[in-house]
Formats: sequence, structure tokens, C-alpha cells
Amino acid sequence: MLSRAIRRSFASPLRRNAFVPAGRPAFRMVTTDAASSHADKEAVPKEDDKPFEVRLSDESFETYELDPPPYTLSTTKAELKQMYYDMVAVRRMEMAADRLYKEKKIRGFCHLSTGQEAVAVGIEHAIEKTDHLITAYRCHGFALMRGGTVKSIIGELLGRRGGIAYGKGGSMHMFAPGFYGGNGIVGAQVPVGAGIAFAMKYNQKDAVTLALYGDGASNQGQVFEAFNMAKLWNLPVVFGCENNKYGMGTAASRSSALTDYYKRGQYIPGLKINGMDVLAVKAAVQYGKEWCREGKGPLVYEYVTYRYGGHSMSDPGTTYRTREEIQRMRSTNDPIAGLKQKLLDWGVVSEEELKAIDKEARSNVDAEVAEAEEMPIPDPTGKVLFEDIYVRGSEPEFMRGRIPEENFYYTEADMGNEQTPIART
Amino acid sequence: MATSRLFRPASRLLLASRSAPALRPVFRATVAVPSIARRGYAEASGIKEMTVRDALNEAMAEEMEQNEKVFVLGEEVAQYNGAYKVTKGLLDRFGDKRVIDSPITESGFCGLTVGAALAGLHPVCEFMTFNFAMQAIDQIINSAAKTHYMSGGIQPCNITFRGPNGFAAGVAAQHSQDYTAWYGSIPGLKVVAPYSSEDAKGLLKAAIRDPNPVVVLENELLYGLPFQMSEAAQKDDFVIPFGKAKIERPGKDLTIVTLSRCVGQSLVAAEELKKRYGVEAEVINLRSIKPLDVEAIVNSVKKTGHMLAVESGFPSFGVGSEIIALTCEYAFDYLDAPPARVTGAEVPTPYAQKLEEMSFPTEELIVQYAAKLLRV
Repeated sequence: MLSRAIRRSFASPLRRNAFVPAGRPAFRMVTTDAASSHADKEAVPKEDDKPFEVRLSDESFETYELDPPPYTLSTTKAELKQMYYDMVAVRRMEMAADRLYKEKKIRGFCHLSTGQEAVAVGIEHAIEKTDHLITAYRCHGFALMRGGTVKSIIGELLGRRGGIAYGKGGSMHMFAPGFYGGNGIVGAQVPVGAGIAFAMKYNQKDAVTLALYGDGASNQGQVFEAFNMAKLWNLPVVFGCENNKYGMGTAASRSSALTDYYKRGQYIPGLKINGMDVLAVKAAVQYGKEWCREGKGPLVYEYVTYRYGGHSMSDPGTTYRTREEIQRMRSTNDPIAGLKQKLLDWGVVSEEELKAIDKEARSNVDAEVAEAEEMPIPDPTGKVLFEDIYVRGSEPEFMRGRIPEENFYYTEADMGNEQTPIART
Repeated sequence: MATSRLFRPASRLLLASRSAPALRPVFRATVAVPSIARRGYAEASGIKEMTVRDALNEAMAEEMEQNEKVFVLGEEVAQYNGAYKVTKGLLDRFGDKRVIDSPITESGFCGLTVGAALAGLHPVCEFMTFNFAMQAIDQIINSAAKTHYMSGGIQPCNITFRGPNGFAAGVAAQHSQDYTAWYGSIPGLKVVAPYSSEDAKGLLKAAIRDPNPVVVLENELLYGLPFQMSEAAQKDDFVIPFGKAKIERPGKDLTIVTLSRCVGQSLVAAEELKKRYGVEAEVINLRSIKPLDVEAIVNSVKKTGHMLAVESGFPSFGVGSEIIALTCEYAFDYLDAPPARVTGAEVPTPYAQKLEEMSFPTEELIVQYAAKLLRV
């Protein structure tokens, strides 16, 4: 592969790969080192918005039938700080959800993305609001990055009227500009994502769609059906497998005959990405966006990442993996700690500035979480229960309640106007 | 699965001769065409005869003409002209951007059309038959029907799922199932089942225009039948509102509530009831399954005091059960006898002809059971 041909001579001094299986040549592996990028301290400008170059580790990508993205990324101090802020905010929000769940204020399912922040944040920094994203049920981070507020997301988890889906969707169903939600059915969002890309092509819009799924979902038949149609019709979609090593409690190697998820597209070029390094994610997605813009059709990405917590809140996450493994990932591959180290090494921020960003992110999130907790629950009335089953103004005459006396007649209530479809940008 | 499709009698015939009329004699040989449908060539000026197939085709063509966002995607809809020729000529007229042959991957292409609808297009997703849509029913229900509610009303999905449903002749268990009750039970979906050409055109056009996901359950055996189209129905703004049943035949003694192909059978049975027993049966064509026109049923039962539901699905938890339940809830006081139902038999549809006949409602059975209900 070309990626190997132009491999750089220097080896990452910080290479700490937790996933090198014995007997496999290390040079073929993508690192999960979050602090593997490099920039010359002297080259970092003083100005916040002046671009400078960061060199990605030569172990950031592996390719399948594809030339690798450039190993250099142009960024600014402001962007790096924003990325750091975003990752801290996502984690803080997930930790708040964790607490609220344990306090029994959040009901049902709650899937946290702690450890996977670099994927959501890296993607957002590579695409525009006019681009589209759809993912599975681990969706809080994406909802926040696409423009949802902490207050509305936590409010939704708490089942409040002011939640992002007015308390109707819960943890897995959130919509924001350019964000078509979490989907609770494993793998179902992949053909739907291809359909969003289909609509962009149909409308001759210059937008890319990212359709994300987990390593667990990657074995679903409809994922391959979506691959086929996307290639057949040359759709501008970047499929993305967030490989966090476990589909619920089943290790990738126990569920997948081929664990190289970026090669699963067969006839679609693929790219495996260090999903713990927010800069590598950004570089890869930028490249994918350009690829689609040039009309070259779909790509299959694999973001190698790791989930610190269990599959959901009911899973302690320790029966199918060792505590040591989790601990090792947390202490050596953490995306936030990795970027933090780089920002300090490169002199992008001082220790104090960084602490200030940390503090700002945390206090902003905490304040919004507190506001969310104060939000009222939906009125337990027929009007609220039955609203929005159908588009307003197109409802049937009535919907049936548990007993005929509870039937809700739309004609007798003012349901208000049709709402704006928020995801369509 | 591809093979089973290929060897379906109807598909094979279509493969041999692509013109629709060639089919009709075959269908007539196996199916009793309701006399009421056969009757009457253009009497009054302006009234035209049209097959259900052509009415559906016209509905799609008109909506595609009027709205750039409408496109048709499904198996064999373009170059093949549709497995049942419903989409005939659309490719030539609208091009391959808007009439798209999909691979045989129901779950995938259904999900893809749902995605396109979420993003603002108005897809018409054709299933070769609704039997195959079982592979895609998750996308229809979980992705299409529920998303608007789950999003709190900020993510609509304007999509039409259509294709033949229910009984077809000589195709055995996997190709003969009626899914009306399945889709009719899902909040968030609208479900219609056209009988005549007017129904077909008006309901399909309304479905494409409706901002919600709509399931249009057609019937293969009706495709080739000609019906009269009123002058109004021939216009390109003709739509039939959902949730309103049609009284196909007025009567005072018995209410027959029915849908799709069973409407034709019930009309024939009603004529026979009059001839044999002097009984006037009122035949209600539901047209729309969800929402269901309970009012029309209640008003009719008020008049007749008797209710017989006729449908071709499996009996348990079916359309007939629902109609009886609603009749009891809303019109019990007007009933002079317990409400009854004629349904498909509780059996996977057998292939052999005589056994198949025992599995679905027939005109004679409707007549006999109605007579028993009325004690005539």
C-alpha cells in the first residue's frame, strides 16, 4: 500500500499501543496513542487564528485500496483550544448523565461515550453544518457537537418538556441541525444514512453524510446492503465504524470473522484511523469530505477507539474485559489527556490557561445540567401525549386512548403549527 | 428468494409478454370478477373506464409531474416497467434520476428511501409485494413511523410505501399474506387499501402528498380490473381524504364492512342476498385502515342492526376482530344480533387450488354466513 511506501522515517517516541496482538508486525497497526501528533514548538505562532502545521503520527492511518490522507494537518491555536474544550464538555456532560442515572433521575437506557470523545469532536471540526450525520444510540456527544445544548440533552435524558425531543425520545433519539439522530435499532441507521446522502445527490447539494455504527452493528446485513447501494449509485457518504472493541460485551474478535472493519466495504476504499487522536480524526474526515465532494463515491472508515464505561449504565463493563485493560487505556490513551499534553508541549497554552479552559467547560456544563434539572416535566395530558404522532395539521380525527373515554380528538385542541424540520440543513 | 420471484406465475407471464391486457384472461380464469366491476361501459359523457393498474400509474405520474421531490424506487420499477407493470412508462417519461431500479435488498433500499424522506424528499418506495416487505418492516415501523414522535415533532418523514398485498392466486404461503392488521396497528403510520380505480388514484395521490409515512396496500388481483372513473377522478388534483369510508352499495338490513378485494366479493354477495332472500345489504368500503372511519360503521349499524366484517387476513387479532370490537364499543345498543366476521382461514396458504379456495372468503360463503347472521 502507498501508506507504507511513504511512511516517515521517524517513529513516534510515545508509541504505546495496547492492541498489538502477538506475532503481528507492529508497523501495520494503527496506534491508539492520543498524543502521537507532532508540531515544532518554534513553528507555533503567537496569534490564536494563524494557521500552522501539525504532523500526524505515521501510525495514524491504515488504508484499504486508498491513498492515505495527508499526514499533516493545518490548524490554529484557537481550534486546538476549542477541540480541547469540546472534548472536556462532552465528557463532563456524560459524567453528569452517569451521576443522574445513578441518582435514578434518568430512566431506561443510557449509553455513555466516555473515552470516545475524539471521534465526535474530530468529526465536527472537519465538517460543516450543511453536512449530515447519523449515528446509533451512543449519541449524546454527537448531539452536543452538532448544535444541541447540554441543557436540552440532559433535559431529554431527564424526560423534561424542554428536552431536545421534548421528552419524547430519551437517550437514543436526538435531532439537531445536520443530525438525524441516534437510532435504537442496531445497524438500521446505516441505510438511512445512505438515503440522506442519496437526497443530497438528488438535490445536487455539495454535502457529505457520515453514517456511523459500532463494531457490533458492522455484522448486520443491512450495513452491507447500504454499502452496495452507496457504491452502485456513487453516493457521497462516509460510513464509519466506531470500533470500541466490544459490541455490548462481545469482543470484536468473538463476533466478526474479519475485524478489519475498514476493509469490510470490499469494493469501497477504506481507512482505519486512530480514533483516540482528535487531530487524526479531523484529518481523515476532512479528506473523506473532499473525496465525496469530488464525486468519488463512498468510503468506509474505522475509528479505533475505546469505551471506558460499560455498554450501558446497567453494565459494569468488567465481566468481558479486565480492569487492567480499562485502566491502561484511561491512563495512557485518553483523548483528552493526549491533546492536553500536546497543547502544553507545543506551547499552545500555558498550564494556567488550560486549567481555565477546563474550569470554564466544567462550570458551563454544570450550570446547564443544573438548569436542566429545574426544567418541568411534560404535562401528563392527552394533548401532550398525543401531539406529534403525525405532522401537525395532518392528524387523523382522533387517536385512541387506553379506553374510549381517553380518546384524544385533535379537532378539539389547538395543536399549534407544523414545526420546522431541524436536521435538514 | 430471487428464484421464487422468478417462478411466480404472474411474474413469468409478464416476462413472456409485457403488455398488461394479456394478463386479464388469466386472472379472470382464476378469479371471479365482481359483476359490478364488469358492468357498464362509458354511459354518461366524461366517465371513462380504467384499470386499477393504470390508475396507480397515473397517480404516480401526476404527482411526479407536479413535485420534483417525488421519485419512485423499488425492484424492477424502471427498465422492467414494474413487476406488475404499475410503473410502466415512468422511466421513459421521468428518467433514471427519478425512477430507480433497486437491488433486491428490501431492508437496505427501504432504509435508504426513509433516509431520503428524512432529508426532505418524497419517495415512493415500491415493494414487489408486501410479503417481501417483512424484511424491511423494521425500517417502516421503527425508522419511518416512529421518528416524528420520537423527535418531538421536529423530524418528519414524508414517504409512501406501496405494493400488492394479500391474497394472490396459486402462489402458496410465502406470497399470499395480508398485512393490513400489521401496519394498521402502528401509530405514526397511515394505511390505505384501495379497491376501485378511483380509490387507487385518489388514495395514492393523497398518500404521496401526505407529510407522514403512508402504507398503500394494493391487491395484485385487482390490478387488471377495469372500473369507471368519474370526470372528477380523471383530473390531476383528485385526491381521496384518509379516514373516510365509502358506501359502495346502500342497504337497510345488514352492514358489510370490508376492504380491498373483498369489497368486490361483498358487492356480488349483496346482489345475491337480494336475489335469494330479498335482503338489502349495505357494503362499506373502508378505503382507509388507519385512520379508520368508525363513524361510518356506527351510522350504518344504527340503520341495519347487523354487522358482518369481511376481510382476507388471518383471523386472529385481525381487521375483522378490530371492526367487531369497535362495533361493540360504539354501537352495541343498535345491534340486533352479535356482530360476525368472515376472514381468511387460520392456515398458511396452501398451493392446491381447492385447498386455497377454502382459505379465503368467497362470495358464496359471504352470502351463506350473512343469511345465517340475519336468520333468513
